Amino acid sequence: MSHSAQDTVPAIQTIDVRRVYQARGGRSIGGAQAGKGVTALDGVSLTVQRGEIFGLLGRNGAGKTTLIKILTTLLAPSGGQAYIDGMDVTRDVIKVRQIIAMVSGGEQSGYGILTVREQLWMFAQFYGVPSKVAHARIDELLSAVGLGDQANQKVYALSTGMRQRMNLCRALVSDPEILFLDEPTVGLDVEASRAVREYVRKWMGENPRRTVLLTTHYMFEADELCDHVAVINHGQIVAEGTTDDLKRGLQEHARFQLEMAEWLPAFTEMLRERDGVVDAQTEQRNDRTQLRLALLREEFIVPTIASINEAGGRVLALRRIEPTLEEAFVRLVGDEAESQREGEEAQR
Amino acid sequence: MTALTPSTAAPARPAQRGRNMRAGLRLGIMTMVGRAYPRLVAANREPDWIFYEVALPLLQICAFALVYKALHAPQQYIGLVILGGGMMAFWINVLWSMAAQLHWERQSGNLELYLMAPASMLWILAGMAIGGMLATAVRATAVLILGSLIFGVTYNVVSYPLVILAFLFSLVALYGLGSMLASLYLLYNREVWAIQEVIQEPVALLTGSYVPVAALGPYVGAFAALIPLTLGLDAVRQLVFPHLLPTLLPAGLEIAILAVLVVVFCGGAAWSLNFIERRAKIQGKLSLKWQ
Repeated sequence: MSHSAQDTVPAIQTIDVRRVYQARGGRSIGGAQAGKGVTALDGVSLTVQRGEIFGLLGRNGAGKTTLIKILTTLLAPSGGQAYIDGMDVTRDVIKVRQIIAMVSGGEQSGYGILTVREQLWMFAQFYGVPSKVAHARIDELLSAVGLGDQANQKVYALSTGMRQRMNLCRALVSDPEILFLDEPTVGLDVEASRAVREYVRKWMGENPRRTVLLTTHYMFEADELCDHVAVINHGQIVAEGTTDDLKRGLQEHARFQLEMAEWLPAFTEMLRERDGVVDAQTEQRNDRTQLRLALLREEFIVPTIASINEAGGRVLALRRIEPTLEEAFVRLVGDEAESQREGEEAQR
Repeated sequence: MTALTPSTAAPARPAQRGRNMRAGLRLGIMTMVGRAYPRLVAANREPDWIFYEVALPLLQICAFALVYKALHAPQQYIGLVILGGGMMAFWINVLWSMAAQLHWERQSGNLELYLMAPASMLWILAGMAIGGMLATAVRATAVLILGSLIFGVTYNVVSYPLVILAFLFSLVALYGLGSMLASLYLLYNREVWAIQEVIQEPVALLTGSYVPVAALGPYVGAFAALIPLTLGLDAVRQLVFPHLLPTLLPAGLEIAILAVLVVVFCGGAAWSLNFIERRAKIQGKLSLKWQ
């Protein structure tokens, strides 16, 4: 296959992938009764292009990790096809493994008795990286994630955040083309999470062929990192697009917030009767009035402001109200996501 | 969305196949060395092994040696116990650091990273085995030397090459058995600990670690011969204490059977690992974290 032809092949593609966990011998798997199965993935079709950071969002048990396990050759799909760089994950297992790496949140891999450098060298050996090259990469990676001073420290002595940064180095020491990040910042403090995110972005910027599939509960993380996202719920993709697509797709009306001076209560009723205005609400804040407008379309804002001016009102500030990715997510997956959102707020 | 067709690469030419094989072998050896490394450095970084793996086994050896002494048994019987104690270190290592290892590796998340690496898991197991053998050899040698010095045991070696052959065959077969058990244990979770406890002590008795295995009778002896340690120990004892102990089979025959066990257990390990990996991928047992 020529290089240009290779570039047109998606980094990751899944076609109608299904996975059912069977309960056996009276044991329960994921709440399934014996003899019945739990459908973790129900016809997932996704395409991730080269050079993308693709976010897979979903609440606990939505099927994110199951999909990653299938793509990383650790789990057999019950149906459908999955490809990495055009290679079938169930047939071309060795070739797929040569170009992928994975980091999971809360990962405790490796051996505490080794130093950070030894641990990374060990994993480099598993990918056939010559020792000289491995040590050069290790120095570079550790320095990039701020662990240069910990190179000779034992792994068991690292903090959670340091350990996760080391895990990221572990995944990158083999110079993979496709990186799977499964909730990589879960349980990390703000500083450590930011360090991981910053390095992922930097790593992606170094080579256009690199691709990341990120699963996360943290919507701000997806918003900050991802070019495209998909929302998975009960094993099905319920929405896909850019983060802006998702946010705007859920917004029925264009919403604005205006800071007003010289406001009269009659203005509110006047606005509500105008064409294109769906709703107008006011709220008194100190000596100013805050006006919230819902318009049929964005373009209606200019004539609406003109009409306020004509009536004698004065606009001090105007702001478009954008829905957050979190709001879009909650709308997509329903109320069940509320409790997860609370957890996320606690993390922030 | 266009469905991709599975890759249909033409069969590799002989020269290409040769290059692929060399590259695969190189990757396998690097993987093996990488996995052996933690076991080798751990031997130097955890000095408490001197107490747990040398001092405590020596106490057990002392108990049996003193019994033989009290019975006025020939000095070679004490040598028998010391050899058995040294070899038991390998059995404990195989049991806890080979057979149960993939289970522990799954708990820590290492297993999925090993499986995701492009080299066969057999190289990982080989690295575990070689690292374990070398680290345990240091402990076993310490037990052997200290025990022999304490009780003044001397050895009359009939043939060094045969002793080495018997020792190496029994070790390779033993670690092959450990590798086979390792993959089987992937199907179990918490039961692993219980299984280990259950088989540890009976094996010490069956393999004749502290008594001549022939004393157990031909039927039990034949059953115990399935554990490579049994024939290995019996052969080595015959070759270092000739014409004294009751033996199970002639040393030459025992070495030949050990060679067969090497093939059976190493081949069995490769087959079972492949089979269990495929099954575990279907059942979802290679990782603890799903969905």
